[in-house]
Amino acid sequence: MRIIEFGKTIGEWFDHRLQLAAPIREAAEHPVPRNTASWFYVFGSAALTVFILQLVTGILLALIYVPSAGEAWSSLQALNHQVALGWFIRAMHGWGSNFMVAIVLIHMVQVFLFGAHKFPRELTWVIGVFLLLMTLGMAFSGQVLRFDQDAYWGLGIGASIASRVPIAGPAIVKLMLGGPIIAGATLSRFFALHVFVIPGMLIAFVGLHVLMVLKLGINEWPMPGRVVKRATYERDYHALTKSEGAPFVPYAVWKDLFFAGFIILAVAACAFYFGPFGPTGQPDPTIIQTAPKPDYFFLWLYALLSLLPPSMETPFLLIVPPVAIIALILLPFLSGEGEKSWKRRPIAVLTVLLIAITLGTFTRMAQFAPWSPHMNAWSGDPVPDRFVHDTTALERQGALVFQVKQCRNCHSLGNTGGKRGPALDSVAVRLTNDQLIRQVIQGGGNMPAYGNNLSPAETTALVAFLESLHPAGQAPARDASREVVLGDSNHKEAVAQR
Amino acid sequence: MSSKPVMAPSTDTTVSRRGCFMKLGILFNGFAAMVLAVPIVRFLSSSVTRGRANAYLSWVPLGSIDKFPEGETRLATFQNPYVMPTDGKTVDTACWVRRIAGDTFQVFAINCAHLGCPVRWFQQSGLFMCPCHGGAYYRDGSRASGPPERGLFEYPYKVKDGVLTIQAGELPTPGAAMASLCTEKPPCA
Repeated sequence: MRIIEFGKTIGEWFDHRLQLAAPIREAAEHPVPRNTASWFYVFGSAALTVFILQLVTGILLALIYVPSAGEAWSSLQALNHQVALGWFIRAMHGWGSNFMVAIVLIHMVQVFLFGAHKFPRELTWVIGVFLLLMTLGMAFSGQVLRFDQDAYWGLGIGASIASRVPIAGPAIVKLMLGGPIIAGATLSRFFALHVFVIPGMLIAFVGLHVLMVLKLGINEWPMPGRVVKRATYERDYHALTKSEGAPFVPYAVWKDLFFAGFIILAVAACAFYFGPFGPTGQPDPTIIQTAPKPDYFFLWLYALLSLLPPSMETPFLLIVPPVAIIALILLPFLSGEGEKSWKRRPIAVLTVLLIAITLGTFTRMAQFAPWSPHMNAWSGDPVPDRFVHDTTALERQGALVFQVKQCRNCHSLGNTGGKRGPALDSVAVRLTNDQLIRQVIQGGGNMPAYGNNLSPAETTALVAFLESLHPAGQAPARDASREVVLGDSNHKEAVAQR
Repeated sequence: MSSKPVMAPSTDTTVSRRGCFMKLGILFNGFAAMVLAVPIVRFLSSSVTRGRANAYLSWVPLGSIDKFPEGETRLATFQNPYVMPTDGKTVDTACWVRRIAGDTFQVFAINCAHLGCPVRWFQQSGLFMCPCHGGAYYRDGSRASGPPERGLFEYPYKVKDGVLTIQAGELPTPGAAMASLCTEKPPCA
């Protein structure tokens, strides 16, 4: 008992000087509407949890990591292989970043669908938008600090996008790179951004964000028909928390605590099971045997940049992101009143679904990257047996031409090879002899012209091979007018050849 | 907490001695901030200002022209002329050298004109292919297919005493497009 008394005295001594106990108790016990003690309301605190986790693992990594273009890669190798459990801390930080982006997005969707961005919480939403942008900024700059081939060429992509800004483009690139090329100064400035600038801003904005949630109260569970009006909302909300409110601690907080613990364990489990991300090859620009790919949160952009028509790309890149950000910021001011419940907001629900499906589809496509040639298909993926079985010498020669001229890098046969162009398993059904020749020689429809690179003999052999590519029992396409114009003999000759 | 009444802020519009000093103090700090801002802005923008008037560019040797057989395209590497002590391997740059005949060359940047990924040369099909978004170029660097809006970037070159030299030093990007480099040898691409 004496010890407890003594502890209490010490506590009082500190609080007499700090004066913090009263405001902390007030914040913890502030009444919240009972129905907000829901599993839907745990994502904000989960995002904060992962952020704190990132701060801790980030500081641990900084004990070993060297932000120098000459040494960063080897310091990552040391973390992975030399320092005890360095691989685990790296994996925690990498997976924590994936989780953070995902949780921030889920939190945002939940807030939007529950109408929490409406009056009087507009500014909380706007700060949330900035927090999202900073989170993405952390994700990109973090990818740069993992200074490997992907990071190096990812910076090149960033520079190429930035360079398209009219007039200021080249200056922005030099500002971003810290010099004329991607080099030591580039890594150093991304280190400063990732470790000082953005986290500092994040801490300040997160503090403000949480303070506003405390001051304005958590959004009540939306009820269809309970419409937000500027004149009456705050009075109604206070009446609600008074009549059926409960203190946040412990009434609602236990769910946050459980989910926070679950998320930390989930990050740790992923880290333990899947291990750290990279680093891939050395950031040596003379090693060009590389196919850089962004981390998953930017895969949708990677897909988009491949699929947009070339002429639309620059306007799209320069106009759409600012417009999207401005739209997100303006959202609570344009729809600050009215229904909160998703049940009465079909357009809101459909918008979320549309965006989610679009981003999801692009992300999925980016995992296959059907637009990228398979650089080694021509030498690594043999033509499947069935396509050369029972074929003429000319057709086999054509199959050789097909491989040697790297057609396979873009066209698949038997599901192996590139997917940039159409699969050619049954191309003879689609194109006639003349059309095949024309396509090979002149290209078109996104295919390069091979006229300068094929001798007439090679073209003949290649087209003969392509004409043999049709399912058994399905005749190849033929030009009916040809028989009429050239007579029966020509047709017979063609058949005999086949 | 003291229960003494705090002095109420004066509503008087006359200029008080203290009020005047406070304003002067703010002004003084504003001046100090401006004095500090000049070196800070100068420091932050040094990478831009340093590169004015193509100061980053210089002529870099790629080696003897005998290394490049006529009619073929070969990978060459050079060290970027602007080097910082912490650059490590990043200053080593690759480029594609096409020797057309004699002293006639084309030296292409390794960076795809779309988003800067490293393009690879395929001798057999006479194409440069990009692994990222599928851009393809013909042997002369002109665009063949895919998202690039233009051909490969070219370095200006000189052949002197049997040595191939190129003017390099900046990362070629679609926006800058090495337009500044084309002063000596138009047209680029």
